[in-house]
Amino acid sequence: MFEYAPAPESRAIVDIRSSYGLFIDGQFTEGTGGRKTVNPATEEVLAEVTEAGETDVDAAVAAARRAYDEVWEPMRGAERAKYLYRIARIVQERARELAVLETLDNGKPIRESRDVDVPLVAAHFFYYAGWADKLRHAGFGPQPRPIGVAGQVIPWNFPLLMLAWKIAPALACGNTVVLKPAETTPLTALAFAEICQQADLPPGVVNIVTGGGDTGRLLVEHPDVDKVAFTGSTEVGRQIAKSVAGTRKRVTLELGGKAANIVFDDAPIDQAVEGIVNGIFFNQGHVCCAGSRLLVQESVAEELLDSLKRRMARLRVGDPLDKNTDIGAINSAAQLDRIRELSAAGDEEGAQRWSPPCELPERGFWFAPTIFTGVTQAHRIAREEIFGPVLSVLTFRTPAEAVEKANNTPYGLSAGVWSEKGSRILRIADQLRAGVVWANTFNKFDPTAPFGGYKESGYGREGGRQGLEAYLAH
Amino acid sequence: MPTDRLAVRKTYKLFIGGAFPRSESGRSYEIVSAGGEFLANAALASRKDVRDAVRSARGAVAAWSGATAYNRGQILYRIAEMLEGRRAQFAAEVRESEGVGKGAAEAIVDAAVDRWVWYAGWSDKLAQVYGNANPVAGPFFNLTVPEPTGVVGVVAPADSSLLGLVSVVAPVIVGGNTCVVLASPTRPLPAVTLTEVLATSDLPGGVVNLLTGQTAEMGPWLAGHMDVNAIDLTGVDDHALARDLEVAAAANLKRVRRPAAEDWAAEPALDRMLGFLEPKTVWHPKGV
Amino acid sequence: MTATVPALADVARTDAALRTFLHGLPGVDQVGVEARAAMLGTRSIKTTAKAWAIDLAIRMVDLTTLEGADTPGKIRALCAKARRPDPADPSCPAVAAVCVYPALVPTAAEALRGSGVHLASVATSFPSGQAPLDVRLADTRAAVEAGADEIDMVINRGAFLSGRYLEVFEEIVAVKEACGDAHLKVILETGELATYDNVRRASWLAMLAGGDFIKTSTGKVAPAATPAVTLVMLEAVRDFRAQTGRQVGVKPAGGIRTTKDAIKYLVLVNETAGDDWLHPDWFRFGASTLLNDLLMQRTKLATGRYEGPDYFTVD
Repeated sequence: MFEYAPAPESRAIVDIRSSYGLFIDGQFTEGTGGRKTVNPATEEVLAEVTEAGETDVDAAVAAARRAYDEVWEPMRGAERAKYLYRIARIVQERARELAVLETLDNGKPIRESRDVDVPLVAAHFFYYAGWADKLRHAGFGPQPRPIGVAGQVIPWNFPLLMLAWKIAPALACGNTVVLKPAETTPLTALAFAEICQQADLPPGVVNIVTGGGDTGRLLVEHPDVDKVAFTGSTEVGRQIAKSVAGTRKRVTLELGGKAANIVFDDAPIDQAVEGIVNGIFFNQGHVCCAGSRLLVQESVAEELLDSLKRRMARLRVGDPLDKNTDIGAINSAAQLDRIRELSAAGDEEGAQRWSPPCELPERGFWFAPTIFTGVTQAHRIAREEIFGPVLSVLTFRTPAEAVEKANNTPYGLSAGVWSEKGSRILRIADQLRAGVVWANTFNKFDPTAPFGGYKESGYGREGGRQGLEAYLAH
Repeated sequence: MPTDRLAVRKTYKLFIGGAFPRSESGRSYEIVSAGGEFLANAALASRKDVRDAVRSARGAVAAWSGATAYNRGQILYRIAEMLEGRRAQFAAEVRESEGVGKGAAEAIVDAAVDRWVWYAGWSDKLAQVYGNANPVAGPFFNLTVPEPTGVVGVVAPADSSLLGLVSVVAPVIVGGNTCVVLASPTRPLPAVTLTEVLATSDLPGGVVNLLTGQTAEMGPWLAGHMDVNAIDLTGVDDHALARDLEVAAAANLKRVRRPAAEDWAAEPALDRMLGFLEPKTVWHPKGV
Repeated sequence: MTATVPALADVARTDAALRTFLHGLPGVDQVGVEARAAMLGTRSIKTTAKAWAIDLAIRMVDLTTLEGADTPGKIRALCAKARRPDPADPSCPAVAAVCVYPALVPTAAEALRGSGVHLASVATSFPSGQAPLDVRLADTRAAVEAGADEIDMVINRGAFLSGRYLEVFEEIVAVKEACGDAHLKVILETGELATYDNVRRASWLAMLAGGDFIKTSTGKVAPAATPAVTLVMLEAVRDFRAQTGRQVGVKPAGGIRTTKDAIKYLVLVNETAGDDWLHPDWFRFGASTLLNDLLMQRTKLATGRYEGPDYFTVD
């Protein structure tokens, strides 16, 4: 047996303070605590962070408004661009540190934070930096104007990457921001605040306030916020859509999903298996666009599931800092409860559960990679977002049935289709009601490629030229 | 006017699925001119008419969004042709409804015709202007194309009975959406006559469905309908109602266009079309 | 005579049947397979796992010289190295085989006698295979008679690329027959096959025709072995065994020069075909310079210091 010896990335590279304040107007405030952030792989407390209250959010929004009026909006685009390029470079310089910090705070495998999250963060700033002085060529009118102060609330699944998706286009267009990272994963956002300092970004252009749902609500509902950008659950997105009703606030929402990953009988089967695995087990399945519903053509279902199970038996679950880990820790106890609850519903509703044999660590939050077969559209696990490493397998007989099942959901964020037949790929891609369609691939991201949903997966796009629209006045 | 012949009056009905039903409620309400004279009894549509109209709009999505852009452009242009042919009738109705002079009414009709022509030309250019290839850092074909949002609820402007109506309906349907339109409650007659134009312009039944009645009555049912994907609140003048409808729209996260000051005579911007389009990004590997 | 099992006995009945079968195999997406191979290349193999992998890799080496300038003296030196790769360390295992041209087989057979190291000979008018079939068969028989117990043949790429699959199939069958008891490694020369779809088809063709091993390359054509090509071949042997019950080995050859590379291939084997292939009977490296790098890394692990080439023998 080829047993890989432990190959842990050193955590000596990160220097986590025992407590953090808020980042307002270019300075860290004195930390007042209120919230602990833990390493989900060990349950070790990493740091204490501040729960921002009303006066804090007021101060952050005021700083952002001042910076907008006095510095950032009047600044030439070419100069704004250079700040963003600086930030991109500093992210690259500190890539390893950021990757380790992300893995510690989030529980995702270091391979992913190192090879996916952090490189995409730098790329995103680099991409939008280039737009800052070219906005009049973007196709949104000859005199594009920023909106003002953006209140941004991001989730815990890709903490730094979601920050980049929010901050880079906002700043490129001339807006200033107040960003609230997720309550369980604030550390890389706070590291990003230091990066803003290192880049000499003018005070107030970026403000980071930590806290839970109440802090987020204060920010979203703040009367001096002109633009709200939220990534997270559809339920919270719905509340936000209601709370901004009747105001001038512009809103973009990037919400949940229940993506179908459709495998036809003429698929490149080995790559499809990789795509299925990547689709649902990437980032522990904590991915809004995860391919959480496998729709496989009946004629190849058995063969495909055999291959999938064999492949799943190779997944390496464990220490997120180990460079060979494929699946890390579930981000929080609460999320683990949700995954368990929905999986139990799968059992109760008669689906067949399968997981490869794997030893889970005793401490921390863990869930083995799991598939459910014998699932129908009527099962909860085929309808509700589990946001964990749990795949529901359904079958279909014809292309029309595949499309019908794929679209039979209130969500519409992403979809996958696997076939070697070009015309089928294009036709199915046309018919899928989803903002991103991955054909013969899955879970690919790029700063130039717009990302966002149809239907209850939210509205607005992030990334690409279309991503600018969310931060330009109409 | 010669009086030896009694005019045959038109019954102003709803337009649902290409047919002209009365309200299922059997109700109607009096429409008066800007000067206060009785013009007609219009159908007073109910929540069930909203329901039927949405069903009809949903049924029309597949064929309309699946039609070629060229075909949609031709049909929108055909609407302009049909409207032009009934110029005098529309001018008279606009004049009565809006209380403007003959010349002004004719100018409004001309502008409405021209607006259809302007939007007709966009059908096969939207994807080129709003879509693009994305140069991703890897061996992938990557294309973003705009697709229709689906079924759009449209609250038409209360004041501008024809030009305003055309200016909110054309941008919705040119991209492949279908719609349920709540006509101006007080000035619905040009809208109903426009549906007769639509019915004779090769526009498939169900692409545009038009209801006359009270926005406050129908609006919440339209805004809260879970099979409507977006709503344009342009014609909602009451701020509190607009807010309530936006809240109702959040139930299924409809795309919402809020009311705003409009100059219907000005050349439109793109945002009315873009607001009801969904950029779809398709990835495919490039290999041999 | 063919070595095919009953389930697939009919697929080589006619050219058309063989074509239908080979073209019915699932396609291979280039971007996907290369991404998978690259991801497996990021596995970090350290300490005890690395020591284990290095010793296994040494035991899998087909120590190869295929030069026009080869002489009996050169071959004797190579064989001595194969038997005892690290004279300073008796715990260092011998390599799997020595691989030479047919003319040098008698010398090698003499030098390897009693060592347990296999003797492989390229044959069939290596490397192009562009000789009449009877010449190629004679070449094979001569090598076997002179003492080779493994034959590395090349397939007829011209016939393969022009779609004459049955011709390729029948030639492999004929060579296999000429091998007698010697093991047959079928070189696909993947660098000339152009697509991964072709690599998969050629792999199945070679296995159906009775090959004991499928081998990537002659080493005379660029590109030689790559992780992605080897991955496709490992999938093929895995699927072939699942379908027929017969296990076939895989040999990447050419361009594998460092320990780091070799370990990446072992990771590919481990995570694609699995444990059953992690043995010199089922996986080989066709290489020459690789061995010294393996030896240097092996010593580095033992001593904890970086090594220099002066301390390791040249062939």
